[in-house]
Amino acid sequence: MGDFLQQLIGYINPYYLQIIVNIGIGIILALGLNVVTGLTGQLSLGHAAFMSIGAFTSAVLTIKFGMPFSLNLLLTGFITAGVAALIGLPILRLTGDYLAICTLGFAEIVKVVFLNLDVTNKALGLSVPAANTTIPMPVVVWVVVLLTIVCVTFIHNSRFGRALMAVRGDEIAAEAMGINVTRYKVQSFALGAFIAGVGGGLYAHFMGYINPSDFGFLKSVDILSMVVLGGLGSITGSVIGATILSAAPEFLRFMANYRMLVYGGLLVCMMIFRPNGLMGGTSFTDMVLRALGRKPRLKIIMEQKKSEISRPGNGDT
Amino acid sequence: MFFQQLINGIALGSTYALIALGYTMVYGIITLINFAHGEIYMVGAFVGLFATAILKVNFFVAMLIAMVVCMLLGMFIERIAYRPLRKSSRLSALISAIGVSIFLSTLAQMLFGANAKGYPEGVFPVKQITIGSAEISTLQLLIIAISAVLMISLEFIVHKTKIGKAMRATSEDYNTAALMGINVNMVISFTFALGSALAAAGGVLVGLLFNAVSFNMGLMAGLKAFAAAVLGGIGSIPGAMLGGLLLGVTEVAGVAFGFSSYRDAIAFAILVLVLLVKPTGLLGRKIQKKV
Repeated sequence: MGDFLQQLIGYINPYYLQIIVNIGIGIILALGLNVVTGLTGQLSLGHAAFMSIGAFTSAVLTIKFGMPFSLNLLLTGFITAGVAALIGLPILRLTGDYLAICTLGFAEIVKVVFLNLDVTNKALGLSVPAANTTIPMPVVVWVVVLLTIVCVTFIHNSRFGRALMAVRGDEIAAEAMGINVTRYKVQSFALGAFIAGVGGGLYAHFMGYINPSDFGFLKSVDILSMVVLGGLGSITGSVIGATILSAAPEFLRFMANYRMLVYGGLLVCMMIFRPNGLMGGTSFTDMVLRALGRKPRLKIIMEQKKSEISRPGNGDT
Repeated sequence: MFFQQLINGIALGSTYALIALGYTMVYGIITLINFAHGEIYMVGAFVGLFATAILKVNFFVAMLIAMVVCMLLGMFIERIAYRPLRKSSRLSALISAIGVSIFLSTLAQMLFGANAKGYPEGVFPVKQITIGSAEISTLQLLIIAISAVLMISLEFIVHKTKIGKAMRATSEDYNTAALMGINVNMVISFTFALGSALAAAGGVLVGLLFNAVSFNMGLMAGLKAFAAAVLGGIGSIPGAMLGGLLLGVTEVAGVAFGFSSYRDAIAFAILVLVLLVKPTGLLGRKIQKKV
């Protein structure tokens, strides 16, 4: 099985293969953040920290214990989720931008701590040996991508997912309906971290080298841009956003030095022309249904309750 | 020793405070975290460098030039990247700000190269003054003095002038202020101009203090200043000053106690701890939940 897949992968140009895998990892991370920011409405500016924790945990598990990769990823996910729950419990009491800055601060602290730990090889970064599996990494990544998409879709349509959406819509109203807001917030935070941790583990083993500085503020911003560009709360949107933004630096490569300049300009333009994201307020199933001439369900939960976290102070008075 | 570190901390902290003021004013008015603010500070440092090294002007003139250039830049950015998004979600504006930030720092890297540059020697004659056991450079005193003057004039503008009154009204309630005949667009532009000018002054002073100006200096300084603004209670002007000074002093103290490799984490650790105890920052207004 492994040999066959390896051979199959061999037909693909390694450069394209790398882009494809990067897109896959981007999708995983964006879906994770989408649970926290899109579905539950909690703005997190430190998602890369969980990716970092996942990457280093997974790398250490491989180096020290040579653990089978599937088990490794699962354990990594749980450890990352545990850390997130621990962090989330106190800081999720904060709201809005205070929460955002706290997650940002947490991410910086994680980065600096990893830069000073022996087990992460300090500022030199860690070389990660090949994963303990016969299946080639690109296949593993995309299997995880599909699994994540399926899981997240189920969550969106479950009781749990509806509770999260209620929290996003109005915390006080949700609480009055008997939803334990804190519990659901922490759970969604942990779930997002679980997915990010797995994404980090895949990233570590695909890249073969990780450095704490790779998971700084800019990485968090990258992931957030994917989610917002795609449209908050939309799974299809996150997938599209992650695909575009993961591939964009590669397609802009012909511009060499101007690449990041264009990327920055692109972010501004996309937000101006499509402020709710590419798929904001709509979903893939609805688009298919509409194309078939049928009505979308419930006008997608009252247009995502006018989407987004509402602007405090302004507008609602 | 203590006094020495205190002065070092206050000098560093006042530059944080100068940047933090821009964050807090913009946030107070349109609840936007202006992530491009750190980049404006970086541009200010470069304009100051350009003015002293190439135009060979006096240091104070250079700082004025930097402030004016950044004022225009700040207003321009607001017009291009934020105003079209005023009615849409806050996150879109946030991403737009991040886009501007990436754009500006890349532009600076292309124009000025990746290496840090120093101010030409003798721009400001640095002398060491010994007071008791502490050695204080005239540069530190200059930084503290300029920051104090700028902050006092800001307080004056906000509390004693007509435009300041308009700013306070707009931050109180955007819509009502507009109904009362306040030109809110103009007020927002003015806020961006004020904040950017302060950031530019901070940039020139820091460039002189560390003698290094580079394209990526805006990122960490911006994040720390933002942390300072939140620490003091975002939206509150005295809070930003207090937060900046507090962060500067604790950071210097942390380094003095031997945690220098954790330097960048100290600011954020303090921030997280303070927010856990007082969720709206030190001088922040209580958020009232409306049902």
